[in-house]
Amino acid sequence: MVEETPWQQALRYANRANPYPFYEELRRTPVARQPDGTYVVSTYQEIVTLLHDPRVSSDIRKLPVPVAAPAEGSAEAEPITEAVISLEPNIITQDPPEHDRDRRMMMPHFVGPPHSPHLISDLEPDIRRIVDGLLDHMQGKTRIDAVDEFAYPLPVTVICKVLGVPPDDEPRFHSWIETALDALDFGPEAASEEMQNRLAGGRRAVEEFEQFAAELLDRYAQQPGPGMLSAMVNEDGPEGGMSKGVLVSNALLLIFAGHETTVNLIAHSVLTLLRHPDALEKLRHRPELIVPGVEELLRFESSVQFWHTRSAMEDIHIAGTTIPKGAPIFLAYGSANRDPKRFADPDELDLERRDNQHLGFSQGIHFCFGAPLARLEVQVAVGEFVRRMQNPRLVEDPPPYRHNQIFRGPRHVLVDIDGIRD
Amino acid sequence: MTVPATVAELVREFRANGRIVIVGASLAGLRAAEALREEGFTGSLTIIGDEPHEPYDRPPLSKQVLKGWVAADHTKLPRLREVDAQWRLGVAATGLDRAARQVRTADGEQIPYDRLLIATGTRARQWPNPDEAALDGVCTLRSRDDAAQLQKALAAPPSRVLVIGAGFIGSEVASVCRELDLPVTVVERGSAPLVGALGGVIGEIAAEMQRDHGVDLRCGLGVSSLEGDAGGHVRRAHLSDGTIVDADVVVASLGSIRNVEWLEGAGLASGFWGVGCDAGGRAFDINGVVTDSIWVAGDVARAPHVLYEYQFLAMEHWDNAVLGAEAAAHNMVNLEPHYHPHLLLPGFWSGQFGVNIKSVGVPPFGDEIVFTQGSVKERHFAAAYGRRGRIVAAVTFDHGKWLEYYGKLIEQSGPFPPPPPGWDQPGDMKPIPAEFPQPGVPTAIPDVVLTGHDPSERRAEFRSRRR
Repeated sequence: MVEETPWQQALRYANRANPYPFYEELRRTPVARQPDGTYVVSTYQEIVTLLHDPRVSSDIRKLPVPVAAPAEGSAEAEPITEAVISLEPNIITQDPPEHDRDRRMMMPHFVGPPHSPHLISDLEPDIRRIVDGLLDHMQGKTRIDAVDEFAYPLPVTVICKVLGVPPDDEPRFHSWIETALDALDFGPEAASEEMQNRLAGGRRAVEEFEQFAAELLDRYAQQPGPGMLSAMVNEDGPEGGMSKGVLVSNALLLIFAGHETTVNLIAHSVLTLLRHPDALEKLRHRPELIVPGVEELLRFESSVQFWHTRSAMEDIHIAGTTIPKGAPIFLAYGSANRDPKRFADPDELDLERRDNQHLGFSQGIHFCFGAPLARLEVQVAVGEFVRRMQNPRLVEDPPPYRHNQIFRGPRHVLVDIDGIRD
Repeated sequence: MTVPATVAELVREFRANGRIVIVGASLAGLRAAEALREEGFTGSLTIIGDEPHEPYDRPPLSKQVLKGWVAADHTKLPRLREVDAQWRLGVAATGLDRAARQVRTADGEQIPYDRLLIATGTRARQWPNPDEAALDGVCTLRSRDDAAQLQKALAAPPSRVLVIGAGFIGSEVASVCRELDLPVTVVERGSAPLVGALGGVIGEIAAEMQRDHGVDLRCGLGVSSLEGDAGGHVRRAHLSDGTIVDADVVVASLGSIRNVEWLEGAGLASGFWGVGCDAGGRAFDINGVVTDSIWVAGDVARAPHVLYEYQFLAMEHWDNAVLGAEAAAHNMVNLEPHYHPHLLLPGFWSGQFGVNIKSVGVPPFGDEIVFTQGSVKERHFAAAYGRRGRIVAAVTFDHGKWLEYYGKLIEQSGPFPPPPPGWDQPGDMKPIPAEFPQPGVPTAIPDVVLTGHDPSERRAEFRSRRR
């Protein structure tokens, strides 16, 4: 048995709650070739460099599938990306010029400027109402699950409203997303029988999710309705519209990424603040710190730990290594955000951290499309949680984690409380 | 006491009780004041500014303010911290006595300093004929008051606006006019808009962009004279080809003049291109000897730049004002070897005709250009400038997110042409001449300019082996 690389160890489920010691080891080789030929980049400066390098592709179709012969001892698993991501490209897996054109088409229906600059900020009253409702609902309880009762319901309600997805369909797409996420594994456990079984289920779930989105878009094509999806179907800009396949793929991306990452960020924020009572106390006394605070929480526990669809279109020399043409590149944002060469005392939580240009939303042309909405949701949710919870205590540390390595987050965060303030 | 201990004591004493005067109350002056306090300077701080306003931000003046989105007086710069300074606003500095270490002001005061920061920036070049310049409706655009006046004039609305000079300010004004659906004529002496800053190849694209947006663009022409009506309001302009343009608002965007007149006789290396200083902001005297008590920052500073053959570089850019001020402030209250250099890769942005234009490096330092990404036809592209096989600058139209890549290549003296992208390659990737105009066309003076090793004035008397 060959010894596992720090990256492979970081991906093991047993290390999901704390991959950071493995990241630290990983950063000793900023650009580290893995046995399967993937190059994992784990340091801040190198990731930023590659995010801006036009010789790096994000297009999954340009990823050569058989990268290298499987190293001895590693199993010949089916490539996950092939299995689960069978869709047309969406903006996160496209290169310019298609990426730029499609993102330009989507942008006016979301953040809006210059056409509707208040689209996001106008959601704040709704977000506050939802958060108030969720917290009011916990009145009288002494133990809550900050994931199921708080972190999950807010973003999913908001994204349904923004996109125009019927809230009644939530249980269905929730289950597809969970199934697909649980099926995705980039680590040494991917070859296990259990993961191979999950993979089949994941593929089915994606197909059903795709069918659901296609039907929804068809309905909006016949009868326009509220929200972004209807606008994307019906309102062609000066550059025309997207093909149906690309529309469906982007719709899936928006429904999925529009809440899943925010759920993890809220859950991790609660967990992190309960682990740092001084920071929690500081935030209670200085609520305005929620704005820089959310940036620090994005750095501290990044909702997207790494991204896996990039590859080198040419030989790229970086950090003393050459990433050969055709090699897949994984950018480990979660590690870069703890890189001591970029962030002083990276393992310390500092809500007032200066110059906090974290990679929690990535950088460059694929910078998180939903960032303005996510920031607003998390600022309101975590701000109110801190203000209203009386004497919150963590029941279980570490809490149980979800399986997925990219979208890393706790499955439950049980919190004991004395009550809820008004 | 040992020498180092004595020196350390002097620095401590200066930080606690020294007197610093900053001349210039705009972006560089304010950020320097904040940086000085941040550095722990607790002595007296005086900030002198000729405008009556508190420091404000200029980039919005030619954009959001002109469009009427933001009032001119809502552009105050955010304060990063308390500065606890004596503000002398609305009073210009008129002279510097280095022997007595005093700044003279327009109201006759002599303000003493131990250390001085010069951050007087630039002003708009006025229409050269003073009678014509005094006509109602003839404007320039540099200050908040200029912007308020021009915004009012555009809101009237005028029957036609004439913009003289198609540099960045002139082009942005023309863009706002078209957004407001105002007829606008742009007269440019050079071959195309933006040629001074970006060269003729990009200038041609900028020209097409203007014409596509309905600008009546006339290049290779000058304005001979302006004519007013009986009420003293401008009505028409006579162009050098004999044609006449009827316009009731005229914007003279003829570039800027560095505010150095008040330094006349002070014996500093000041002149047309600003005040010479080292890369740490310490002013040079007229003989090229570095001073110990005077620093320079912002638009008025020119310093040797390591990336550009140590030529003196003058940068009229926002980040140069901020970062130059911070470096100068740090160096004012520290001693060697703790000086910080101000080594900035120049960069700027402009918004016009719906396109975001950004650049890094010094385009006029290059003599060739190559399109590297995107589509010129759709005006989403990146291009690199090169000189002798080295990349020296880059420009993007709606492609600003890639600028970081080019910036890094420039910093590392990367190859020209740069390595091609893996996707979205422009049709033609052959380097071509960048077509920068010969120096001498005032409207074509770029806002980042290499001024050679020479001072622009030679007032120092050269006497070798003097005993």
